[in-house]
Amino acid sequence: MAVYQIEKPLTKIISIEKKMPTTEKHTETYTSTRNGCKLCAPLGASVVFKGIRGCIPMIHGSQGCSTYIRRYMISHYKEPVDIASSNFSEESTIFGGNKNFNTGVGNLINQYHPEVIGIASACLSETIGENIPQLIHEYQTVNGLNKLPAFIHASTPSYQGSHMDGFHEAVAATIATLAIPGKTGNHINLFPGFVSTEDIRHLKDILDDFELPYVLFPDYSDSLDNPHWKEYQLLPEGGTSVEELKLTGTAKASIEFGYILNEGAFNGRIKNNKPKPTAGSWLLEQYQITYKQLGLPVGIKETDRFFNVLERITGRPIPRKHQRERGRLIDAYVDGHKYHFGKRAIVYGEEDMVIGIVSFLDEIGIETILAASGGESGKLKAAINHITEGKRKDIIVMNEADFETMNDMVDELKPDILIGNCKGYYIARRLGIPLVRIGFPVHDRFGGQRIQHLCYKGTQQLFDRITNALIEHKQENSPIGYKYI
Amino acid sequence: MNPFLAEREKQIYRSGADSHTIHCSKPSLAGSVSQRACVFCGSRVVLYPIADALHLIHGPIGCAAYTWDIRGALSSGPEIHRLSFSTDLHEKDVVFGGENKLYESLAELIERYKPNAAFVYSTCIVGVIGDDLEAVCKKVSREKNITVIPVQSPGFNGTKKDGYKIACEALAALVGTGNKDIPKISINILGDFNIAGELWLLLEYYKRMGIYVNATITGDGRVDDIRSAHKASLNVVQCSGSMMYLAKMMQEKYGIPFMRVSYFGIEDMSDALYEVAKFFKEEILMNKAKEIVREEFKKLMPAINQYKQKLQGKKAAVYVGGSFKAISLIKALRLIGVQTVVVGSQTGTAEDYALIRELCDDGTIIVDDSNPIELSTFVKEKQADIFIGGVKERPIAYKLGLGFCDHNHERKEALAGYEGMLNFAKEIYATATSPVWQFTR
Repeated sequence: MAVYQIEKPLTKIISIEKKMPTTEKHTETYTSTRNGCKLCAPLGASVVFKGIRGCIPMIHGSQGCSTYIRRYMISHYKEPVDIASSNFSEESTIFGGNKNFNTGVGNLINQYHPEVIGIASACLSETIGENIPQLIHEYQTVNGLNKLPAFIHASTPSYQGSHMDGFHEAVAATIATLAIPGKTGNHINLFPGFVSTEDIRHLKDILDDFELPYVLFPDYSDSLDNPHWKEYQLLPEGGTSVEELKLTGTAKASIEFGYILNEGAFNGRIKNNKPKPTAGSWLLEQYQITYKQLGLPVGIKETDRFFNVLERITGRPIPRKHQRERGRLIDAYVDGHKYHFGKRAIVYGEEDMVIGIVSFLDEIGIETILAASGGESGKLKAAINHITEGKRKDIIVMNEADFETMNDMVDELKPDILIGNCKGYYIARRLGIPLVRIGFPVHDRFGGQRIQHLCYKGTQQLFDRITNALIEHKQENSPIGYKYI
Repeated sequence: MNPFLAEREKQIYRSGADSHTIHCSKPSLAGSVSQRACVFCGSRVVLYPIADALHLIHGPIGCAAYTWDIRGALSSGPEIHRLSFSTDLHEKDVVFGGENKLYESLAELIERYKPNAAFVYSTCIVGVIGDDLEAVCKKVSREKNITVIPVQSPGFNGTKKDGYKIACEALAALVGTGNKDIPKISINILGDFNIAGELWLLLEYYKRMGIYVNATITGDGRVDDIRSAHKASLNVVQCSGSMMYLAKMMQEKYGIPFMRVSYFGIEDMSDALYEVAKFFKEEILMNKAKEIVREEFKKLMPAINQYKQKLQGKKAAVYVGGSFKAISLIKALRLIGVQTVVVGSQTGTAEDYALIRELCDDGTIIVDDSNPIELSTFVKEKQADIFIGGVKERPIAYKLGLGFCDHNHERKEALAGYEGMLNFAKEIYATATSPVWQFTR
């Protein structure tokens, strides 16, 4: 039985806004995307597939898609990332990719012996109208159902939305494929979205501390952040297992992080432009599983919301360990407040991550002056208004942002700090201000995969990094060289 | 159990045990998890270092996002090449065509960044939806009075190697359109991409010899230099996998001879200087070359010999983009006492593989278009200590406890030339003898 009422998802009450920022200053608009602040959908799907135990991803398209995505992920996670390709040729483009599909799947089974094959489509296979569900069905029919791995298909043409839309599509597709309904169990589902491996580990600790059984998906906390090996693991250890994924259909509730989720995927669509369900809303619609949509728990307020939900579900108070972490975080807020007040920040990255960070900054007196995302939901401004309780209507919010547009704006905006992935470094460098690296990708530092963002403990890490970046900047630019702060 | 795919058998060769010729230049096998990228990638990496040109990628965002600032190809001047421009096609463009978006993008970017030429790359779906790239390029070219070159590189249209050829065709469209006066003793450097400033080391050697370097294609490349590339007396070609097409085209059209060289390792580096000197048949050039080699050897060899003593008996695996570089690496490793036990490339040629067979000791595994499963098995089997490759090979090496040297786009230390050889030896020494391995073995 659900212990609380189903609440209306926030995304449904936010209205769509126009694309361009509401800035008084004139910034030239471009048709082209200049240093894009997003990646393509199959990348997001690949990350999700890496979070399934025993899964090998295959991108149905040209060889380059899988290789580029591998390289991009390897540079962040510093782990082997095997992603197969069906390697389209001119022939498959004209006559269809079924032969390559079958060869690819067959070779993967022979080499990797996977439990699951996660298939993401590329723009090429989508454009020529490949019917992947049918290809899967034919393969299963010809080769016999029993011995085969499970197949999951995520439709991820890169001309629809960004990597986040591919991410949520793959999460939803996995659940829709594997969840089995039945008698409600004691466990919950947690769909945390695209967070770091350290974040996932922390979320699991929290649920364990509440003694709440759970299925967390996708869980790439091991598969994309493994210990050292003696032997090469074809399918790196870790991931949410198929058995666990089946259980998502009998959970007593689903928690899904993100206000925007997959809303960006509909931008520029001319067909099928009805919103597709996310994992949580699909389980609600299909199996009536209580669905709680929350923001990424960054900062006190958003984390409180998450912990309150856990309290309500379990009927237990917040474990002392986490109360202490919350207390220490507030203590740090107080200790550091003068270093933050009135500082001007630019925050960019995935929409839901941006919302979380803006909410946190708002708690400590750092003013977000520009919140930018390559995401295309058109709902970022409304979500930020909601989260800051309408107090920060002056924030310039940019959907479909790219880095060169930001670069054109920053001289007038005069920020003190940039907070986002590593790709904005060149802007911070030009301005001579600090960049605090968060999210994905972090290609130019170690430990990008281990950056913590979530809950009291993760916020504490972020808080310390941001505070110290501001102090360090002041210290380095001071003629005095203070020994105390 | 042999974990490898039967269809790939002929692409694997064990020196001393097998007798087949190594199959190569084939499309990658579906599902094999090849380390290769696609046709677009081949074109993009070759043209990428031309620093004063606009590079616009016509397609959805991925192809542009993943190639943003991807190569450490340095420029001594403009850096337009380090920006990532995309038409960022959406579904409506796919359905109704992307030509307008391309036209507007191209026009606005030329207006803003004032490049000396523009390359427009087509990607997979552009090849399918049938946008007339050429017509749009022509139109903008006329209106903006700038050379705009379509690069027809849809990803599915062959292998990465075909992308090289398409890039060479795009370059050929520029060559011959300029008329710079240059001295008779002049060369073009083809196939050095100025990763970590390597080209600048080479320029210094040629300058000391008294040879005028005309166009550098494409490292630290400039549109105007390439336009006048046909005025040089000789094309000196490295990275022959990508640049032979252009060298051959220029020989046919302008009668410019070419020679293949490598700047990796001191043997090949010295041979390059000697061969170029020999070509011009001037004693003074040869004397200068000998002088440089003598001087550089004197500086270098004491340090190299020290490294050699410490590295003696170590074993290396080499997996790089082109087979020609692999040959140089085998020799360079041998110079510092390291034996190559696994060697392969993404896009090698039959001739190069034949040469590698002759160079290598019995038992060496030679492989074309390999993948993580094969590479990880080979390095274990041959008990390699060090892996020389690119970003995608790095985690394979590290996870198995091998040292690693990045010999690809991301290297930050020059590895070409004499100085580069010293850097290479240092890096191999550092990675082979680091104390961290005590915890992994």
